[in-house]
Amino acid sequence: MISIVNYGVGNLKSISKAVEKAEGKVNITLDTRELKNSSGIILPGVGAFAPAIRNLEAVKDAIVEADVPVLGICLGMQLMAEISEEGGLHEGLGVVKGRVVRFPDSVGKIPHMGWNVVEVVKENELLDGFEKDYFYFVHSYFLKTDDEHVIGKTDYGLTFPSAVQNDNFFGVQFHPEKSGKRGLDIVKNFVRLCRK
Amino acid sequence: MLAKRIIPCLDVTMDEKGVRVVKGIEFVRLRDAGDPVELAKRYDEEGADELVFLDITASAHARETMVDVVERTAEEVFIPLTVGGGIRSVEDISRLLKAGADKVSINTSAVKNPELVREASSIFGSQCIVVAIDCRRNFDVSKGKYIVHMEDGSKAWYEVVIYGGRKPTGMDAIEWAIKVEQLGAGEILLTSMNRDGTKDGYDLPITKAISENVSIPVIASGGAGTKEHFYEGFVYGRADACLAASVFHFGEIDIVELKEYLKEKGIPVRV
Repeated sequence: MISIVNYGVGNLKSISKAVEKAEGKVNITLDTRELKNSSGIILPGVGAFAPAIRNLEAVKDAIVEADVPVLGICLGMQLMAEISEEGGLHEGLGVVKGRVVRFPDSVGKIPHMGWNVVEVVKENELLDGFEKDYFYFVHSYFLKTDDEHVIGKTDYGLTFPSAVQNDNFFGVQFHPEKSGKRGLDIVKNFVRLCRK
Repeated sequence: MLAKRIIPCLDVTMDEKGVRVVKGIEFVRLRDAGDPVELAKRYDEEGADELVFLDITASAHARETMVDVVERTAEEVFIPLTVGGGIRSVEDISRLLKAGADKVSINTSAVKNPELVREASSIFGSQCIVVAIDCRRNFDVSKGKYIVHMEDGSKAWYEVVIYGGRKPTGMDAIEWAIKVEQLGAGEILLTSMNRDGTKDGYDLPITKAISENVSIPVIASGGAGTKEHFYEGFVYGRADACLAASVFHFGEIDIVELKEYLKEKGIPVRV
């Protein structure tokens, strides 16, 4: 059972349908015991950092201490960071090193919205079978982190980490559940990881 | 680099069978060519970057059914979906987003109640809120604020029209575009009535003018008839995305071929 953390960000439909399409079983929850009993955890992401991390407070430990694969998507990936600059300074889950910062105006239109290329820079199980593919992004902030955690990168005026990994914690800045067939392939990889 | 987007638009309406796509007869391989969900799946497979569902009846009953269509689509189609037509309130928007839409497009209601754009973008985020602007050339330049040069050297301003183009508003389209960005719109879906349905190509002067006056993405709409028109929309119109309906529905332009063509011409597209 893969738990999708329901921390009040609204639409969880696409991600849960994508997991089901990848033949994973879905449980939408904000319950510590249920999270501890799952074979994988997805932190979805739409919305702002501060209310999201506040709503996560009750299940924070269950996520940080998880030994199953955890996938953060968009804001979900940013929540994994140590700190975010969105709407003031806020502490994140701290499972991935780094700081969430806003794109400088010089990059062009913000939010970075649409299809952009993710280039895989380090071999990993989540992006197994990928080199360079288009995925769908919608975000104004990105996670600035050490190279050791970066598994995929993307150019938008500057080069930013679009996929990260620290041990069993994975984060993708794009939306695999909105990225057509290739996006679903990533969800499949994650579901497979959760079966191991 | 961000790809330029190709967006098929499905005009949907109600008949005795439920919600139907108005133009969709050429998809002979589909079990039910009029079913928006079937069409959406097909476009996803062909490489469409996003989809727009436009409810052209926009009655209260049609809106209910639209929620159901969005739900069924979201179960099978995994690319961004925008829904427009008859959206009047935050509740309308909330229901569509919960059903699985990623964005909603607001047109007449935004003109009549600009606060809706501000309120909706603050609640749901700008990225969910598309403002559709329909406009028409007006050659009485004494009344316009932003004067645009036409292809033949003549001058005009673009007047915002509502109720599907039936009612002129006296508002300048460029001024309105700047205003909706300030109100929090995340994107502009621009249709020129002078080109809509003509297959003569997008209205490049207004597409370019609005793209240069706002910093949110602009979707060109209305007039696409050939692959070259998409190229022109991106290069001369400076559009971020090009939308079309009938050329895709009737199989006149194949999305796979269109993207190959654009790629060869140096336009960044997802292939």
